[in-house]
Amino acid sequence: MTSGAITPDLIAEHNLSPAEYERILEILGREPNLVELGVFSAMWSEHCSYKSSRIHLKKLPTSGPAVIQGPGENAGIVDIGDGLAVAFKMESHNHPSYLEPYQGAATGVGGILRDIFTMGARPIASLDSLRFGAIDAPRMRHLVDGVVRGIAGYGNCMGIPTVAGETTFHPAYDRNILVNVMNVGIVEKDRIFRGRAEGAGNPVIYVGSKTGRDGIHGATMASEEFAGDETRQKRPTVQVGDPFTEKLLMEACLELFRTDAVVGIQDMGAAGLTSSSFEMAGRAGSGLEIDLSKVPVREPGMTPYEILLSESQERMLLVARRDRLATVQDVFRKWELSAVEIGQVTDSGRVVLFFDGKIVADLPAAPLSDRAPLYDRPRIAPTPVGSAGWERLSEPSDYGACLRAILASPNVAEKSWIWTQYDHMVGTNTVERPGGDAALLRIKGTSKAIAVKSDVNPFFCACDPYRGAAIAVVEAARSIASTGARPLAVTDCLNFGNPERPEIMGQFEAAVRGLAEACRALSVPVVSGNVSFYNETDGQPIPPTPTVGMVGLLDDVSRHVRLPFRAEADVIALLGESRDELGASEYLRTVHGRDEGPCPEVDLDAERRLVDLLVRLAEERLLSSAHDVSDGGLAVALAESAMTGGLGAEVRLDSTLRLSSLLFGETTGRVIISFRPESEGPIRAAAGRLRVPLATIGAVGGARLRISLGSRGVVDEGVAALSDLWKSAFERAIESAEVL
Amino acid sequence: MTGSKRKFAIVVFPGSNCDQDCHYVATELMGCDAEYVWHHDTDLKNSDVVILPGGFAYGDYLRAGALARFSPVMESVIRFAMDGGPVLGICNGFQVLLEAGLLPGAVRVNRGLRYVCRDVHMRVENASTVFTRLYEPGQIVKMPIGHMEGNYTAPPETLTELEFESGVVFRYCDEEGRVTDEANPNGATAGIAGISNREGNIVGLMPHPDRCAEALLGNDVGRRMFESAVASLAPA
Repeated sequence: MTSGAITPDLIAEHNLSPAEYERILEILGREPNLVELGVFSAMWSEHCSYKSSRIHLKKLPTSGPAVIQGPGENAGIVDIGDGLAVAFKMESHNHPSYLEPYQGAATGVGGILRDIFTMGARPIASLDSLRFGAIDAPRMRHLVDGVVRGIAGYGNCMGIPTVAGETTFHPAYDRNILVNVMNVGIVEKDRIFRGRAEGAGNPVIYVGSKTGRDGIHGATMASEEFAGDETRQKRPTVQVGDPFTEKLLMEACLELFRTDAVVGIQDMGAAGLTSSSFEMAGRAGSGLEIDLSKVPVREPGMTPYEILLSESQERMLLVARRDRLATVQDVFRKWELSAVEIGQVTDSGRVVLFFDGKIVADLPAAPLSDRAPLYDRPRIAPTPVGSAGWERLSEPSDYGACLRAILASPNVAEKSWIWTQYDHMVGTNTVERPGGDAALLRIKGTSKAIAVKSDVNPFFCACDPYRGAAIAVVEAARSIASTGARPLAVTDCLNFGNPERPEIMGQFEAAVRGLAEACRALSVPVVSGNVSFYNETDGQPIPPTPTVGMVGLLDDVSRHVRLPFRAEADVIALLGESRDELGASEYLRTVHGRDEGPCPEVDLDAERRLVDLLVRLAEERLLSSAHDVSDGGLAVALAESAMTGGLGAEVRLDSTLRLSSLLFGETTGRVIISFRPESEGPIRAAAGRLRVPLATIGAVGGARLRISLGSRGVVDEGVAALSDLWKSAFERAIESAEVL
Repeated sequence: MTGSKRKFAIVVFPGSNCDQDCHYVATELMGCDAEYVWHHDTDLKNSDVVILPGGFAYGDYLRAGALARFSPVMESVIRFAMDGGPVLGICNGFQVLLEAGLLPGAVRVNRGLRYVCRDVHMRVENASTVFTRLYEPGQIVKMPIGHMEGNYTAPPETLTELEFESGVVFRYCDEEGRVTDEANPNGATAGIAGISNREGNIVGLMPHPDRCAEALLGNDVGRRMFESAVASLAPA
């Protein structure tokens, strides 16, 4: 065994604390060698071990009648009937994307796709949830452009449509952008594969790209914060993507899954061969013997340490039935990929790694994950950010001008500049394209469709992580239900600062509590997820950003409801109640330049009833359109339905609320619906039964959006002109920003 | 069409990703037979129509379509086409047809230097090819595009020939049928979106008829291209 002195410096370089090193000594009963130290370092990194978050994540509801696979595997899986299930997960690739936006984002897509097809599912849709700094901040145009191109470059080439997402801009992300990517796949219920190394004697097979020196210590990088000008120094840890190879890898795996050859399979993602081998053996309670000299490498002279910790992309570790090895090799040969037997499954409970005939590491498999450190880190409960006095602002003189300003703000403006760069139609399942409340994908061979949506309002979370997280869940659910689909389950991607700081840990605990309560209230279990800590630069953390990805099911795709106003003379109604809530609104930021709270309130029971109502109304085909009221408030939601439908509206509001709150406040729990006048009776009756407040507020028609309060006209804008503004503002903003 | 159903061969290159979409149109939407033909195969399996689908054959790493044309299957496709068999190249498949010399000209990177995925309008310039005979001459059709390299170009004499011999099949236009620079999504010369050979049995286009072949997706105008090919076949 290779041994060298393990010095305190070496331990620190591996991001292991003295206490963690003590634990290693205890597990091994001896000193580790350098290779083994590298394995512990990767497996016990925050990224792989969830050591600071596990204790809190336990609070999330993870089970339900439809859940086939909860957290702990490559992706979560939920039953959708007809013998089919959806596999989905969201992941972050924040640090790499800030260093090298194209490759960072591209490999983020590649990684999440592997998580999905590893389970036996064919990916059918991606979503991207992006947070950038101020659009005119240094490097921001470069970052936006690179991230969007990276997502497009990888997803388009793979032939997986990117169908939905959201993008927000705020100076708090100037030096730590967030790139969260979600993928959803369809799998036959009885053909699900898992990352388990079972059956002593079965071959362990390495498939896909060769291993290079790229990305070594990516997992530990994701578990450190940036300081100073590290963007340059750390560049070599970013991986480079090859979507063509991944496409071949995906097709080869999916073809192989139709045979009986595969016992278990796992993506070599973060911490590469290390995490895939230890996790596969750990889950199965088995052991592995692997000869690292058989791993295909890109360059000579790679050490066992480098081979184990490389994060080269497009690689899989597969355990096959011994008698089906030839089948595996045939399929991969057809797809022009190498499949190399590098070892075998044992029942020793140990992972033993050889190199050049010598043992270079010999570690027990299970303790690497079972006995990983678990921290209940100190925390300080966040103090919700309240108002800084917006209640005393005078009302604007021109509400139409306010509406125009909000529609043109980078956060609200239409983002077709982004999503026209994504192939959002390949696969021919995209019934509802980007730009609606949620994207809708039909499931071929059935009458069903799934709705998908990612959501979080970081401005709300900055004011109150608990409420903000709960609102992310209910808002995603509302968007899904606005299409007529019933929310099924959730994946999350929890982006936070340094967990070693009590105030960050306090935010995290509060956000997880908010997620848990909202998911329970709506009966949507969390089936997969990802935690990204250390999102801070020079001690400046990002706002807590718990991104929620949700999947909903629509039994009959022909009953789907769309966002645009559909027909003249349709009645417009507002579901839910408006309150005097301008805190954290786009209105305050854009019109008044004020970043203040409080975060709007959330009523989980009311949200649940609203979701039930929307699903019911869609089932009975009573709706012409439905649109969730969110960023920019009621006026923006009305404008969006008008602009996308190419139809005006005559809206008469009746309220004693502050007018700016009524028009632009972002009170939760509201949806605008439109319907034929003759449907009003049954809609009112259904709303009454579910105790959802309903107010008819106007009618669709004409070419202008007119809003009045009683007899006083407050907004009167041509829909075509609004639409031009809304559709061109983002491109203008991004194209006029400085390149560097 | 009783007894023997019409059959589509859908060529699959490594990196093709609209093969299943085309298969779905042929089988589920039209009730025809369809077979995937792996690029290493040379047997077109007695198919009546050959489709080269969209995607990123060989990742488009060298140049779109540049490597795919060397695949063994292309010899069979060329023979099939030379015998008058209907061959349709969609998007990347069109690029392969250009690289293989079955159609003239080339595509460059879009003038905006970005991938573009959205609906465009086109005017049917030639409604007598094997793939367009169910359209009206001059008809305006809306189809989606999704490509990085669709900026069609050719030497002046080729362009002249195309124009004079009705080789231009589709031309980008606005909703009213006006061919304008604004309505051109990628900078293609003379707004050319799709072309055919002189005989009209080989057609290639950048837009995706396979993505607009059913009402559920909001548009079924593309299905007519597939139906045209079947309608033009001699009685079975």
